[in-house]
Amino acid sequence: MIGNFIGVVFDGVAYGSLLFIISIGLSVTMGLMNFVNLAHGAFAMLGGYACVVAMSRMGVPFLATLPLAFVVSAAVGAVLERLLYRRLYKATHLDQVLFSIGLVFIAIAAATYAFGPQQQPVQLPPFLRGQVHVLGMDLGAYRLFLIAVVIGVTLALTWLIERTRFGAQIRASVDNQQAAAGLGVNVDRVFSLTFALGSGLAGLGGGLGIDVLGLEPTFPLKYMVYFLLVVAVGGAGTITGPLIAALILGVFDVAGKYYVPQVGSFIIYVMMIVMLLLFPRGLVGRRT
Amino acid sequence: MSHPARGPARSVGDPTSEAARSVTGLTTQRWSRYEIVFWLLPVVAFFVFPKYLTLGSQILITGLFALSLDLILGYARILSLGQAAFFGVGAYTAGLMAKYGWTEPLSGLVAAAAVATLVGWITSFLVVRGQDLTRLMVTLGIGLMLYEAANQATSITGGVDGLSGVEMGKLFGVFGFGMDGKTAYVYSLCILFVVFCFLRLVVRSPFGLSLRGIREGERRMPAIGASVPRKLIAVYTMGACVAGIAGALLAQTTQFVGIDTLGFPRSAELMIMLVLGGTGYLYGALIGAALFMIMQDYLSNLNPVYWQFWLGLLLVMIVMFARGGVMGGLITLRQRFGKRLP
Repeated sequence: MIGNFIGVVFDGVAYGSLLFIISIGLSVTMGLMNFVNLAHGAFAMLGGYACVVAMSRMGVPFLATLPLAFVVSAAVGAVLERLLYRRLYKATHLDQVLFSIGLVFIAIAAATYAFGPQQQPVQLPPFLRGQVHVLGMDLGAYRLFLIAVVIGVTLALTWLIERTRFGAQIRASVDNQQAAAGLGVNVDRVFSLTFALGSGLAGLGGGLGIDVLGLEPTFPLKYMVYFLLVVAVGGAGTITGPLIAALILGVFDVAGKYYVPQVGSFIIYVMMIVMLLLFPRGLVGRRT
Repeated sequence: MSHPARGPARSVGDPTSEAARSVTGLTTQRWSRYEIVFWLLPVVAFFVFPKYLTLGSQILITGLFALSLDLILGYARILSLGQAAFFGVGAYTAGLMAKYGWTEPLSGLVAAAAVATLVGWITSFLVVRGQDLTRLMVTLGIGLMLYEAANQATSITGGVDGLSGVEMGKLFGVFGFGMDGKTAYVYSLCILFVVFCFLRLVVRSPFGLSLRGIREGERRMPAIGASVPRKLIAVYTMGACVAGIAGALLAQTTQFVGIDTLGFPRSAELMIMLVLGGTGYLYGALIGAALFMIMQDYLSNLNPVYWQFWLGLLLVMIVMFARGGVMGGLITLRQRFGKRLP
């Protein structure tokens, strides 16, 4: 029973880590540009398809496809930011919502056209399959790998934002755009780079998540709520907020589906509304 | 979402212009000739397109549904992605009543409206807290919760298979809902018109004006003694009621309730229709719904996947280039045209 419980928590943490890595880009764009981007999941899906194409059509090994997923999504994110998103930073939230729903529909149609409506398979390398025996428990090797990757990415991100010059520029722009611009920070460039970085991380998450979340054209719509939830509950513009929110969400979702399958996703939605009402600014609010 | 025609300031500055008055509707309750012509169109359509009456009543019902969103989004600027929740509540209420023996349509409609109003009133307290993003998430969450509930409670709702076995009685004991769709069309049109007249009164009342005040400057409204949360709760509940009526109409005229009545796509499409037509005019909702349904009927017959693509492209285009929608465009045209006339 206890071992069972630990297993559920472990799966939940792995699932939450995945949600975190996909959503962190959304947290930054919402915190930095105040942009409600419902199309964030489309970048994750793009990364996923990049992985699948590289693996099945070009024979690239799984681990090597992950950086590729990052690069493809980051590049597309940068282009879209320049061409489209940029024009809407000052627009109302309604316009942003409509625009990004439009992008989601286009992405779904494009993915269906290019790859068909079915789930995409993923071929994991042998050492990531099966179970690993740790401290008297059998844990999924791939889920351990996921957690390790997310710890690595989180450390790197924290270093980037807390220790580098670019990170200081991001933090300055989040806190006060005008003052940052007045001090000589090229806010436009910071926006573009962060958007690309966020999209890239989503792409990486999408690639990592094929085995856990699945990959099909409706992906961006199916998980949209989860990504938004991580950011809205965690608080936009921070790293720790979404991390905590994603872990809570992951554990509750997995535990709920395991112990009370008949209620399904109901728990998550109730939790979301309760959390939003308790913490309207998110668990860790950067903006005051 | 700003174009020159909107905002009370313009019409106050130019009270003599009949155009300005009927555009913003601040000072008159009279029906303009454009409105009368507009309402004659569905009547004409009934006689001219007898083969398309089923599509016609779908358009009327969707138009009514779009009105409910226009009320809360166009007038009070509450960002909602969960309007389908009330549509579905209304549909299931009407459907279940008919299934379990109460087949009289009008009382079923009233009951469905009452249940939707109740659900709307309860959830409104959650919605009016917080700002755009929170509201978006909360409305989305309420919609998803109800969807999930209907999905799991298969013994009551039929789950993904939908609620079948709905048998409607005759309207006034005379007009049956037959295959030709005549009763459904006329019934839907009458209900739509009655609700529209009521909403037209509401948005032109002091209450409607205070909603516009909240839209234009939420922080200043308390300064003139208006309680913002109370008004938002009222309008959100009203929107839920109208959505519930629309849902009930769909259930009664099609004699079936699918679980997609509660789904997120319905809420998203509703928003698309409204922006296509133009928010904050009531007529925009009806025009948008009609355009959307006709396009959908035509394009999704070609290929459903392409339809989604065009839908997405349409949205991006509206946001980028045509923020006022059809009504915004019409009013801009009319102002230009009107200036040239002596």
